Amino acid sequence: MTDAPAAPAPFVGPLADSDRIFTNVHGFQDWGIDAAMKRGDWDNTKALLALGQDAIIDIIKASNLRGRGGAGFPTGMKWSFMPKESKDGRPSFLVINADESEPGSCKDREIIRHDPHKLIEGALVAGFAMRARAAYIYIRGEFIYEAKVLFAAVEQAYAKGFLGKNACGSGYDFDVFVHRGAGAYICGEETAQIESLEGKKGQPRLKPPFPAGAGLYGCPTTVNNVESIAVSPTILRRGASWFNRFGREGNRGTKLFQISGHVNKPCVVEESMSIPFRELIDRHCGGIRGGWDNLLAVIPGGSSVPLVPAKEIMDAPMDFDGLKALGSGLGTAAVIVMDKSTDIVRAISRLSYFYKHESCGQCTPCREGTGWMWRVMERLRTGDADLSEIDMLHQVTKQVEGHTICALGDAAAWPIQGLIRHFRPEIERRINERGAPVMEAAE
Amino acid sequence: MADAPHIPDEAETRARWGAFAWTAENAAQAEKIIARYPAGRQQSAVMPLLDLAQRQVGAETQTQGWLPVPVMEYIGRQLDMPYMRVYEVATFYTMYNLAPVGRYHVQVCGTTPCMLRGSDDVFAACKNKGLVKGATTPDGLFTLTEVECLGACANAPMVQINDDNYEDLTYDSMSAVLETLSAGGQPKIGPQIDRQTSAPEGGPTTLKEMVSENHDYRGDWA
Repeated sequence: MTDAPAAPAPFVGPLADSDRIFTNVHGFQDWGIDAAMKRGDWDNTKALLALGQDAIIDIIKASNLRGRGGAGFPTGMKWSFMPKESKDGRPSFLVINADESEPGSCKDREIIRHDPHKLIEGALVAGFAMRARAAYIYIRGEFIYEAKVLFAAVEQAYAKGFLGKNACGSGYDFDVFVHRGAGAYICGEETAQIESLEGKKGQPRLKPPFPAGAGLYGCPTTVNNVESIAVSPTILRRGASWFNRFGREGNRGTKLFQISGHVNKPCVVEESMSIPFRELIDRHCGGIRGGWDNLLAVIPGGSSVPLVPAKEIMDAPMDFDGLKALGSGLGTAAVIVMDKSTDIVRAISRLSYFYKHESCGQCTPCREGTGWMWRVMERLRTGDADLSEIDMLHQVTKQVEGHTICALGDAAAWPIQGLIRHFRPEIERRINERGAPVMEAAE
Repeated sequence: MADAPHIPDEAETRARWGAFAWTAENAAQAEKIIARYPAGRQQSAVMPLLDLAQRQVGAETQTQGWLPVPVMEYIGRQLDMPYMRVYEVATFYTMYNLAPVGRYHVQVCGTTPCMLRGSDDVFAACKNKGLVKGATTPDGLFTLTEVECLGACANAPMVQINDDNYEDLTYDSMSAVLETLSAGGQPKIGPQIDRQTSAPEGGPTTLKEMVSENHDYRGDWA
């Protein structure tokens, strides 16, 4: 054999229980600190901090962890943007984004109510690595029970000396505060979240300056998703190479998938990145309702990503690059499954209503465009439209996309573009069927 | 807007709420909240204080609570903020009620993941019990609001009533929840089918040791 050994095929699931990070994800056991410590949280955290700031960031970089909030930006690199010393006395802050509001997403909720100490320990480790003075966890207002758990879990960590002065005996002072939102999807956008934390309307800021330069209270700030932070202590304990065992290159690690819609058993489950869609659904969700032939389309990453028709998604790898190749995205891994009973135009139109409702009103293309797009979508739903309006709607989505401060405009445009790309015949059918009797009457 | 809240008459509101002040317990809680933010950044506390105030109004009126103008002014004075800045926040976020609501604020999620699993049936159950979207029932018991995704999509369809979630609903189970509340009872919170939180119905496909014991998987680490 003279050929160079081929690279081994990547591991794409199923994940062994011993490789799952969130072992109490379904809340069978107590979330409290004593039970969490028996599961391995807060186990000699002092030794993790003793690795040193740069070593922690290097391990996270080497693990190839990509941000779990949707954009998939490399987490270690994000941390490295924070200043290593304060030249003007400004402190640095870590803000943890628990404003989980993307339709389809329900993973941060499970972390917070069932495994909160993974998040709090992660806050300390990440905050230490980026030399932050404190972390603010911004939890969405509707997570009322989850916020109660989180407040109590933070108090438990203080009581054990894991937070506060000389956290975990490391010599480092670090505080964790919880801040509840009050029902605004846009506060999941990092600069809107910072505005909201400052006690203002959650309207996104223009960038630059980026938060790492001037964020919360004008101080250097990093905003990370709950899952990105909560996995970091385990990555440090088990090593970057362990995390790299799962998923395809550029898409490493484990991931909480949230499957909703027309599967037999919707659930939240941690699996290997890049797991094939069919394997994910058959293994954990009891298959598609009515069988695989009954699958119509899937929104694989939360409402903001375009839908993918059945035949394209069935055997696709569930990761950032695999879904990007299908013209969609992994987003938060919120998988919304739709079978053939779905009124697909209504399903997307309802998302258009969501974006209309959640537009913060700052940028004109989004404020006016989301309402306009929704109204046209509602007419397309009933077929009360002209065929030329399909192209007009598509053109308007292009005028909203990329012309706003934040990505909400893009997020409102993409589902509609995906619908027109894949289901144009269905929209045309409705218009033609509704139009036909009118023409007869005119004769 | 047709669905905009009907804000009560200002003179009446001032007469009723002009003397609003924290209860002793909430005054202490407010101080604790303000201490979470750096000195001089007390404006950050406006959101939690509005929530606290809405709850106090709720306790005084036996409803979910709302935010009369004098209450917002009171918070503005405490945080050294102009009233308009407080009002901006109160009107921007949907969880602040700008008008009185009923004893139970029934917030049905209507966004696509819940719609796919049958939120139409949940609305139908509400309608059958006399609840009308955007309005309070004549007996003052229920206010019905359609809300956007509440983040429990794997347990769709769902409703949040005051502080509690009811999940995995059907027409019948939603009717039962409303009947129990009408009768002064407390329905079972969480999934309304035989299911542990967001695990698959019928039992988990992973981490089965956790069902019966607080298993430590570190012993199996390779």
